[in-house]
Amino acid sequence: MRKSLMIASILAMTGFAAVVLAPAKPAFAGDQLTVTSWGGALQKSMRGAYFEPFSKVTGIKVTEDEWNGEIAKIRAMVESKTVSWDVVDGDRRSAIQLCNEGILEKIDWTRLGLDRSKFIGGDKYDCGVPSFISATVVAYDKDKLPNGPKTMADLFDLKKFPGKRGLWKNPYQNLEWALVADGVATKDVYAVLSTPEGVDRAFKKLDTIKKDVVWWEAGAQPPQLLADGQVVMTSAWNGRVYDAIKNSGKHFGIMWDAEMWGADLWVIPRGGPRLDDAYKFIAFASSAQAQADLTHYISYGPTNKDALALVDAPILPDLPTAPEHMANSIETNHAFWAERGDELRQRFTAWLAK
Amino acid sequence: MAAFPYASPLEKGWYYLHRVMCGMVLLFLIAPILVIIPLSFNSVPFFTYPISGPSLRWYDEFFLTIRWQGALYNSIFVAVSVTLLSTVLGTLAALGLSRPNFPWRTAVMSLLISPIVVPVVITAVAVYFFYANVGLLNTYTGLILAHTTLATPFVVITVTATLMSFDHSLTRAAAGLGAPPITVFFKVILPLILPGMISGALFAFGTSFDEVVVALFIASAGQRTLPKVMFSGIREQISPTITAAATVLILFSIAMLTTVELLRRRSERMRGIRSN
Amino acid sequence: MSTTVVQIAGEPDTVPLRLKLQRIERRRKLKAVTLVLPLLLFILFAFVLPIGQMMFNAVHDSTLLTLMPRTTAALRAWDGKDLPDEVAYAALAGDLSQAWEQKTMGAIGKRMNYELPGTGSEFTSSAQKARTLSAGPYKAALIEISPLWARHDVWSLLKRGSSAYTAYYLLRSVDYQYGPDSQIVASPPDNSIFRMIFLRTLGISIAVTAATLLLGFPLAYLLATLPPKTSNLLMIMVVLPFWTSLLVRTTAWVVLLQQHGVVNDVLLALHLISQPAELIYNRVGTVLAMTHIQLPFTLLPIYSVMKTIPPIHVRAARSLGAGPFYAFWKVYFPQTLPGIAAGCLLTFILCLGYYITPALVGGPNDQMISYFVAHYTNEELNWGMASALGAILLTATLLLYYVFNKLVGVDRIKLG
Repeated sequence: MRKSLMIASILAMTGFAAVVLAPAKPAFAGDQLTVTSWGGALQKSMRGAYFEPFSKVTGIKVTEDEWNGEIAKIRAMVESKTVSWDVVDGDRRSAIQLCNEGILEKIDWTRLGLDRSKFIGGDKYDCGVPSFISATVVAYDKDKLPNGPKTMADLFDLKKFPGKRGLWKNPYQNLEWALVADGVATKDVYAVLSTPEGVDRAFKKLDTIKKDVVWWEAGAQPPQLLADGQVVMTSAWNGRVYDAIKNSGKHFGIMWDAEMWGADLWVIPRGGPRLDDAYKFIAFASSAQAQADLTHYISYGPTNKDALALVDAPILPDLPTAPEHMANSIETNHAFWAERGDELRQRFTAWLAK
Repeated sequence: MAAFPYASPLEKGWYYLHRVMCGMVLLFLIAPILVIIPLSFNSVPFFTYPISGPSLRWYDEFFLTIRWQGALYNSIFVAVSVTLLSTVLGTLAALGLSRPNFPWRTAVMSLLISPIVVPVVITAVAVYFFYANVGLLNTYTGLILAHTTLATPFVVITVTATLMSFDHSLTRAAAGLGAPPITVFFKVILPLILPGMISGALFAFGTSFDEVVVALFIASAGQRTLPKVMFSGIREQISPTITAAATVLILFSIAMLTTVELLRRRSERMRGIRSN
Repeated sequence: MSTTVVQIAGEPDTVPLRLKLQRIERRRKLKAVTLVLPLLLFILFAFVLPIGQMMFNAVHDSTLLTLMPRTTAALRAWDGKDLPDEVAYAALAGDLSQAWEQKTMGAIGKRMNYELPGTGSEFTSSAQKARTLSAGPYKAALIEISPLWARHDVWSLLKRGSSAYTAYYLLRSVDYQYGPDSQIVASPPDNSIFRMIFLRTLGISIAVTAATLLLGFPLAYLLATLPPKTSNLLMIMVVLPFWTSLLVRTTAWVVLLQQHGVVNDVLLALHLISQPAELIYNRVGTVLAMTHIQLPFTLLPIYSVMKTIPPIHVRAARSLGAGPFYAFWKVYFPQTLPGIAAGCLLTFILCLGYYITPALVGGPNDQMISYFVAHYTNEELNWGMASALGAILLTATLLLYYVFNKLVGVDRIKLG
């Protein structure tokens, strides 16, 4: 008894000493790079198209992290000089805002070795390299709604399509769609939304379905909500729906009317310890071949104009950039959201909590 | 219920109603925990009964994929460090506090216990702001220190409880017989407070092992803990792997509960408290 | 005095003993304090200090003061009646070009947006345009660049920025804000939610406390009156949830309550309902899951008090002619009150700070104040607001904790 006691206490003491004396495990080991993206099917696709081939070619190990656009994390990292995310698949709205605040690295295109003019939207952002084009669309379950929604107005039509609908817990995109459903032409959406009356009108339209909305926060949720039958239709990122159809055998349909498309951006939080490798990674992931490879996994369109030639024909109609989808679509106006985002988010938060 | 044979029908009715109600409350307490276990052996990824066939595939995923494995490793590493740190700090403090005439005892005690009362979001946000300034964000050290603040109150409480009925004349007797203070500590005090220390250590381990809010704020991918992975899982999609993880954790808590209970009994025996 | 000293010195036996005892006593105290000191310092540095800093953030904000030093200095002399004079406008022009050079317009714009929504972007664009201004007079030129600079409320905001301390965040936390002349006015209804959120937090906490008492009291009574063997067995069922991971329990509730979850399946199979009931992502799910988690906290203190009540009291009352309910109500129940107070108070305090459970099983209308602290920290990046909301929550919690200490005593907190 006594002996075991002694042993126990000695063990405890040495363990304690080990913790105190040994420097806490080094957070940054050897050749590795932390790349942060949006989790779920997108991240899985990136793993196949970017992370693993990149590691094979360069020997640099990619550590993955996930986020849902919490830009506070990036800001806190940069301001406290503890940057642990080397490359981030960036939030397009905040890329502008964070760039203005000097939180993000300015992209040096010569260092990347890429031709800026070859990238769709490449000239719009100083702190980001457009990575892929995705769209937010309305998805529904074909088994339950054989005659699915046809126009944006149907999303807001509780009589024609009773039941819950999923929406992103964000003012972004919901306000635009509310206006479209209320009869505003897709090309005029931002002009109307720039006026106080337009904002009121959008919130008023959202009020009509507020009780029947299930709000989602992560991109992986909408397909799950549909699969579980929690909602009859939901806003979703087109690639996630494509993944559920292709890889989980779901009979989901996509309504492309008033799709909101835009490019994601590779960004580099300023002050990271592995800037060279970060550039190497972005250069790799932005090459025509890598971007074309991504479309093998998920239906997100390339931003590198050279990549389009390498994309397999069968997936073309599933990309947000297919001409028939673009006919009545909204290009997300990031400048508008960078400017008005704060104000509209405040109002949205209050609206939601009531 | 000695009075039962003479009870009125109304009283009998109450008696049974009370029993039924208690049964339902117990069911309410235990059912959610039990319901989840069979689902983890389901061979298909759905959460409906009846279960289609037994399978261990979700356990395979839990124990073999890097994401879960890494999280398990991180959680254990952090929790063990927290346990050692908080057990030492908490036990020393409890020993000091239990000495007679400790100045401002109540105030100091309240302060040391306060981390369990302060809403954990406040702790998390405050530590987040603080760490952002001192460069401890996204480090193991930061996470361990933050968890230690949350865990020490449990050690202080359990060790103080064992010391509450501690007979101080024992140490004096030992010292009077010529034992140096170190010997007194190891031969007299430690055996008596050991059960309390171990319960406290288990509580500390459990606190860190189960903590999610602080980890969400101050840890990044490098320090991804089990609760962090579970949290994002619950938010996004409840894969059956989460139920497998949950089952493992339930077994783990049963083991901890049993240990604490045995220790409590042992401690009461040792201090001569008869449990009735 | 001197006589006493002499007198005492005359009795060599007693004096040194008293002094010696005092010295020993002091040394003992010192030893006790030394033992506590490591933890005390640790808690002070790693816990109290960060929280103190956060509380400070609730009233301290030097964004405007440090990023627009010239303007805020020039405005100290402004009487706040008409628009400021040329000196202030010249200072503003200087600050604008500095903000542009140092890339601080974003931070300033964000700060202005808090109080005057929409002014942030105006500010950024006027900083960009103001670069072309090389010489005065600035007043007309700046107003020409942006109508922002002819707005009285904007100048009032900048003048308030000349102090590093602000009551703005605390005011906003109770749905007030500054008006155009720095007077305190109610927030516009579109943005005033916090009083409602505080009331909601209070309401949910009361509901959960009441539910735990209602469910816990009878069970505690049963456990306290059963023979030890049975009651120990049942006790395990109470304590096991207590020991089980919070996330495991939350997962369990999601599995049980979702649209096609176990509860709905059972109810549908029994034909009690014809359509799946909405049990999760609303108030029902939140209160249910919280009650489950808090039940042991309420029950255990009641149980331990009940264990100390001798059954002979009720029997005596009965033998003196009291009816069973009268005896229970007049003799037994009053003796359990300390346990009820301890359990309910503890549960109530802990409920106030709930975050994870409502976030996972509640809907947008069920989020409590902690959610908004996290939301303002992570998503809005408005750390002043997060701190102010946190400060109010913390104050309430600490007040209740004080009451708890007075009423129950920290020593009485027991675990397991």
